[in-house]
Amino acid sequence: MQLTRRSLLARSALLGCSLAASPLVTPVSFAAAPWDTRLVVIILRGGMDALDVVQPYGDPQFAGLRQTLSGGPAAGAADLDGFYALHPGLAPLLPLWRKGELGFVHAVSTPYRDRRSHFDGQDLLEAGTAGLGEARDGWLNRLLQQTPGTHARTAFAIGQERMLLLEGAAPVSQWAPGAGLAMNPQAERLAALLMEDDPLFHAALNDALELTRQDMSLGLEEGGGDGSEDSSDDSGMMGMMTAPKGEAHTAIAAYAAGQLRGDSRIAAFSINGWDTHYRQAGGLKTALGRLAETVLELQSGLGPQIWGKTAVAAVTEFGRTVRENGTGGTDHGTGGAMLLAGGAVRGGRVLGRWPGLAEADLYDRRDLMPTADVRRYLAWLLHGLAGAQKSGLEAGVFPGLAMEEDPGLLL
Amino acid sequence: MQFDGDLAEIRFGAGLSPAVAPPQSAAEMLSRLQGPDEMAQQFPVSRFEDAVTGAATFRRLRRQRRQLDGKPGYEAADRAFREFRRAQNHARYGWHGQRLLRHVRTRDGLRERLVLFWADHFTAQGKSGPTRVLAAPYAESVIRPHVSGRFEDMLIAAATSPLMLMYLDQNRSAGPGSRAAARRERLSGLNENLAREVLELHTLGVDGPYSQTDVRQLAELFTGLTLSREEAFVFHPGMAEPGPETVLGKTYGGGKPQLEQVLSALRDLARHPATAQHIARKLAVHFISDTPDPALVSHVAARFQDSGGDLVQVYAALLEHPAAWEPQLRNVKPPFDYVASACRALALPEARIADLRPGQLNRLLLAPLTPMGQRWEFSGGPDGWPEEDAAWVTPQALAARLRWAMAAPRRLVQPLPDPRGFAAAALGGFANERVMFAARAAETEAEGIGLILASPAFQRR
Repeated sequence: MQLTRRSLLARSALLGCSLAASPLVTPVSFAAAPWDTRLVVIILRGGMDALDVVQPYGDPQFAGLRQTLSGGPAAGAADLDGFYALHPGLAPLLPLWRKGELGFVHAVSTPYRDRRSHFDGQDLLEAGTAGLGEARDGWLNRLLQQTPGTHARTAFAIGQERMLLLEGAAPVSQWAPGAGLAMNPQAERLAALLMEDDPLFHAALNDALELTRQDMSLGLEEGGGDGSEDSSDDSGMMGMMTAPKGEAHTAIAAYAAGQLRGDSRIAAFSINGWDTHYRQAGGLKTALGRLAETVLELQSGLGPQIWGKTAVAAVTEFGRTVRENGTGGTDHGTGGAMLLAGGAVRGGRVLGRWPGLAEADLYDRRDLMPTADVRRYLAWLLHGLAGAQKSGLEAGVFPGLAMEEDPGLLL
Repeated sequence: MQFDGDLAEIRFGAGLSPAVAPPQSAAEMLSRLQGPDEMAQQFPVSRFEDAVTGAATFRRLRRQRRQLDGKPGYEAADRAFREFRRAQNHARYGWHGQRLLRHVRTRDGLRERLVLFWADHFTAQGKSGPTRVLAAPYAESVIRPHVSGRFEDMLIAAATSPLMLMYLDQNRSAGPGSRAAARRERLSGLNENLAREVLELHTLGVDGPYSQTDVRQLAELFTGLTLSREEAFVFHPGMAEPGPETVLGKTYGGGKPQLEQVLSALRDLARHPATAQHIARKLAVHFISDTPDPALVSHVAARFQDSGGDLVQVYAALLEHPAAWEPQLRNVKPPFDYVASACRALALPEARIADLRPGQLNRLLLAPLTPMGQRWEFSGGPDGWPEEDAAWVTPQALAARLRWAMAAPRRLVQPLPDPRGFAAAALGGFANERVMFAARAAETEAEGIGLILASPAFQRR
């Protein structure tokens, strides 16, 4: 291959063509989205303690299992229905509960059992399969793969965190707000040329350039200005070398809302900090505060009309031990809970069959017994929001799942 | 497929440098690894036992500030606490600079790479303010002395390190039947965290032949591993669960609880065939490819098993296998390695690092790792950083690399080298025609350097 300046210019015209053919770039706006509802999936990494978040204070066994952790309305949790009470850390969401825009499903889990590893547990939650290693892609990506009319902007993974949930053959977008790439046209062309024969780099570069253009047009790009004492001549490049400032979770929620107001229909991101082995009282309060702020940021960012057709589902890799451990925390368990929010959700209820907390009712005599597969509820959400057929959900998106009867999650 | 000096330095070392010649043979690499640790002497980083005293000071100053809340003297206490915290952060930036300089100057690049590999394998980090800065001292004192020793010694050093005991909650785990539990309600509990990670991550691997019962038994055996008031490791029999524990079918202890019973179990786990397989595969994935040749993994695992985990022999097995010298560059450098190898290619002068104020060093060389996907010394969990190439080449992470490559070099090196010469220095025989063209066609020197550093040829190894 002989390269000259002239051939570069000729080639960049070609590159321009291939860029235009890329799924990310359509001339004016995107094709109409395949459906109109919005779905936000939040992965709560670390294993959220369902018993402390949605407290079954009406179960006679509950009080005896935990010493330092809060329990029921007597300890400041808000009564939900006479049996369950809500951890004070989610109190900012009580208005949503009263409006029927917040609900929970208790005693659910993925099919993951016994090893209780975060990493495997999260991989299985995001792969959506019955067992580990059965798929290399994520269930949300497989939904896109089997839905005609989706494009690279239909689903967005947001933040610095890897989201296996959306990885796979269907093109999706991933971006961290304010992470743009401003280069002059010549440098852009040369970077594209350098990466052209390396598919991994080439695809990431094209996407980064395109997302930067979009950030600029949406006014989301935060310029330099990190208080760096060496003000310089490189257009904020240096200041932008560091991570965006501010509360990451609210910035991510705001960005998600911005994309969902446009052509995106699905957003996915994670909130960390649920691995509360030690002094859970403090750690869980912080994590729940982040979750509450995230949901409220989505609500305000989407506006009433779009919030009305939105469902937010927050899921975690597993629950935690029913007994408090010796360090004011809990260890890795099995059964957990999922949170549902949004104007499209039929909330104000805690769903799920309660297994009881007597020793004989526990999984392995230590964990909350899962009474349903969390994938069932996710599948019904996809059925209701994206019109996915049961057959495709049970065969492709969640292979081997039996969806059974409709739990009626949506209005 | 055979030894090649440029490839050896790129794939198994710190990257090519215009100032340091690449190794001539695998034997030379292994012999330097067994020789004196020149870089540690030249660019010191605080030892763990010294750095950990800062945690006690941090707590004391924080307590004093709390006690004076709303009383006279609060402002002075607040200032003292904040100044100490800032000094700690500045020390951390300084250690980061020293570690980068080791990568820039070393003739023993394999050692630096192995320190990174094993510190990641035995990930431990501070979870609270007082301990947040301890990851580099941990790598220095706990990991580095063992990278050319025996695996079981490194395992024992890591599993009994105060930072690991704190990170995985072992320091507070007491046997339900222990004297401590009988005396004090707060310490009545067992915590499985360290036991689980030792089995799942450090030794047998997640597919290894262990059950939940083994985790529980090992957790009971680990009770008593804790910290002294000075935050040094101690074995505290009063916290240990009485009676024997059975792990993988072998029974430990039973009499008076002793540290030796725990060490004996760790040695057995270190010598287990599943551990040999797990470590061999991890090394192959880290150094060679996300999908390593199974024959290479078996070869390295067999040597691990036969040598009883003598790590120099294990590395020799890796370096002697033809699959290690596949000339196509595969693995994407993680962000720290990317920045360190770029500094090395630029022959970053020591004096330049010395001239940087702590905040500048952070902004130029440490903080940029976060948007690249690597919040340095704070990976998401005890499994450390991902190995899959795709994890590092996302649009936003790649954008962060390009931003750094375009903006940072001119702040590090004045004057910048001519891009054409730099391409040869940074890539040696891997400077392909596209790279040479970009070096010539760039509109400015800074862009030329940035583009060379952004090329897949420089980002892979």
